[in-house]
Amino acid sequence: MATDLHYSDALITGILRRVRTIAMVGASPNWKRPSNFAMKYLQEKGFRVIPVNPRAAAAGALILGEKACASLEDVPAPVEMVDVFRASEAALEITREAIRLRAEKGFEVVWMQLGVRNDEAAAEAEAAGLTVIMNRCPKIEYGRLWGELGWGGFDSGVISSRWPRPAKGNGRAG
Amino acid sequence: MSEDETQTPASGPGPDWGFETRMIHAGAGPDPTSGARQTPIHQTSAYAFHDADHAASLFNLQTFGFIYSRLGNPTVATLEERIASLEGGRGATCAASGHAAQVLAFFPLIEAGERFAASTRLYGGSVTQFSRTFPKFDWHCDFVDTEDLSAVEAVLAQGAKALFVESLANPGGVVTDLEALSGLARAAGALLIVDNTLATPWLCRPFEWGADLIVHSATKFLSGNGTVIGGAVVDSGRFDWSASGRFPGLSEPEPAYHGLKFSETFGDLAFTVHSHAVGLRDLGASMAPMNAFLTLLGTETLALRMERHCRNSLAVAEWLTGHPKVEWVSHAGLPTSPYRELAEKYLPNGAGAVFTFGVRGGYEAGVRVVEKCELFSHLANIGDARSLIIHPASTTHRQLTDEQRAAAGAGPEVVRLSIGLETVDDLVRDLDQALAAA
Ligand SMILES: Cc1ncc(COP(=O)(O)O)c(C=O)c1O
Repeated sequence: MATDLHYSDALITGILRRVRTIAMVGASPNWKRPSNFAMKYLQEKGFRVIPVNPRAAAAGALILGEKACASLEDVPAPVEMVDVFRASEAALEITREAIRLRAEKGFEVVWMQLGVRNDEAAAEAEAAGLTVIMNRCPKIEYGRLWGELGWGGFDSGVISSRWPRPAKGNGRAG
Repeated sequence: MSEDETQTPASGPGPDWGFETRMIHAGAGPDPTSGARQTPIHQTSAYAFHDADHAASLFNLQTFGFIYSRLGNPTVATLEERIASLEGGRGATCAASGHAAQVLAFFPLIEAGERFAASTRLYGGSVTQFSRTFPKFDWHCDFVDTEDLSAVEAVLAQGAKALFVESLANPGGVVTDLEALSGLARAAGALLIVDNTLATPWLCRPFEWGADLIVHSATKFLSGNGTVIGGAVVDSGRFDWSASGRFPGLSEPEPAYHGLKFSETFGDLAFTVHSHAVGLRDLGASMAPMNAFLTLLGTETLALRMERHCRNSLAVAEWLTGHPKVEWVSHAGLPTSPYRELAEKYLPNGAGAVFTFGVRGGYEAGVRVVEKCELFSHLANIGDARSLIIHPASTTHRQLTDEQRAAAGAGPEVVRLSIGLETVDDLVRDLDQALAAA
């Protein structure tokens, strides 16, 4: 899964610090699915994650305690980030919707999951003033930048000799 | 200090940090609770859960964290991140020994009844492990001369799912053409697994030449003082398990984790998550935290030590080349070595510190040289600060057949040296008197 996309740690850290609420498009009610894993982890880190899943919404389902929405149209504002947990081909339509609803919902970031990349969508979103991240997982990036990924034996790429003061509350700054 | 600053770890340019910086710092910031600057030895068997939901998340692999030190330990994890960083890999899994790391490397890949291929030029213990013990798991190894590329192609075409080689081969002087072999492995849908023990990532970076996995005996140069038994398997993160379909252990539902598919759920982290959550869980050959700590100390000086190891070893090899009792010297850094060109390509920082020479007088003379040494230690190890000497035919390669010994470069007249960090003139003097007395 090599990639020529490069995002600085400062950019990713800034997004994950600023964002409070995430609309996760493609979040699954099945706890064994990767999207459900990511959603649960992000909730534990203090993010509110609103699942967007038409089928779950039609069934009136809760996913990890949150009511599923049928589309981005239905998510309650403010939501700073749209996390695309869908195939790359589906990302263009979702991104266009995010652009359309940008002001109404407060969207600032369109984030496409690990394995998801749509350069056309990215170009349109950036032209509309949205920040775009592609082919990354916010769970892995959070774990990497907040010192948890290394627990699994992974190279975080992070080196620092500073000793940060312990975090208050959920671990992210206000 | 602003609140923002207090709560966000500073993060630098990541992969742009230099090798020497990473060998000291990768994986190891100040301890979050105490500020301890050196990595603490987390001598604990198990870890508390916040509550039942946290425990469930950990057991389900939904969150990062520790459960039980068979599966993972913070000191060991620091070493794993360090080794992964130095090799340029995605992640690493440490193991109780180099041999345990080899079992861990094959475990997710090879099902009962399946085959892999390995070079004939390997550490004798690896030849024995692959040819005697692995068949008990119904794993089968075809040994192949990896300098004969058409033979390698043929063995890969017969269904070998991986090719195992040593970058710089024990007992010494042999450099493997990693780029050519990774091309053949890729074309056959197989993995290239490289034992990088003798070279260390300071001398050779197998992932840059297309390797998929790297294994280490951390017992050797990584720890560097002859203090520990340890190993590691490092994943490049580049093999696409889902697309390949040949590795169901990683791409198909895992019953013991509620039908989770590792490659789908963890992407390029899949191999390393599996190595901990399934490999170490069930094979149990985990590294002890004290051994991880000692190996971390070793990695802090890796480049410095390897430079001196290489310099001393080349000087000794050059001296031996002119000695009347020496038939030949096999050191890839010598101008006469047939591996000189490969060494310049794959080992630009030096051709290593382990090499062999042939003594006139065969088996008996070989044994006598070893016994006459005063400064060199006669023992079965390599990669120590101390210089080591051994007669492979009567020791490390004793379990092999005559043909296997010859193929491995461990014939009757062969003496193996692992050159340490002592004053090089003292090493030469010791060998001089031993050869004179032999
Ligand atoms: C090249 C090589 N690989 C693997 C091993 C096995 O490592 P360990 O003894 O740590 O199990 C050795 C040990 O001599 C070795 O030299």
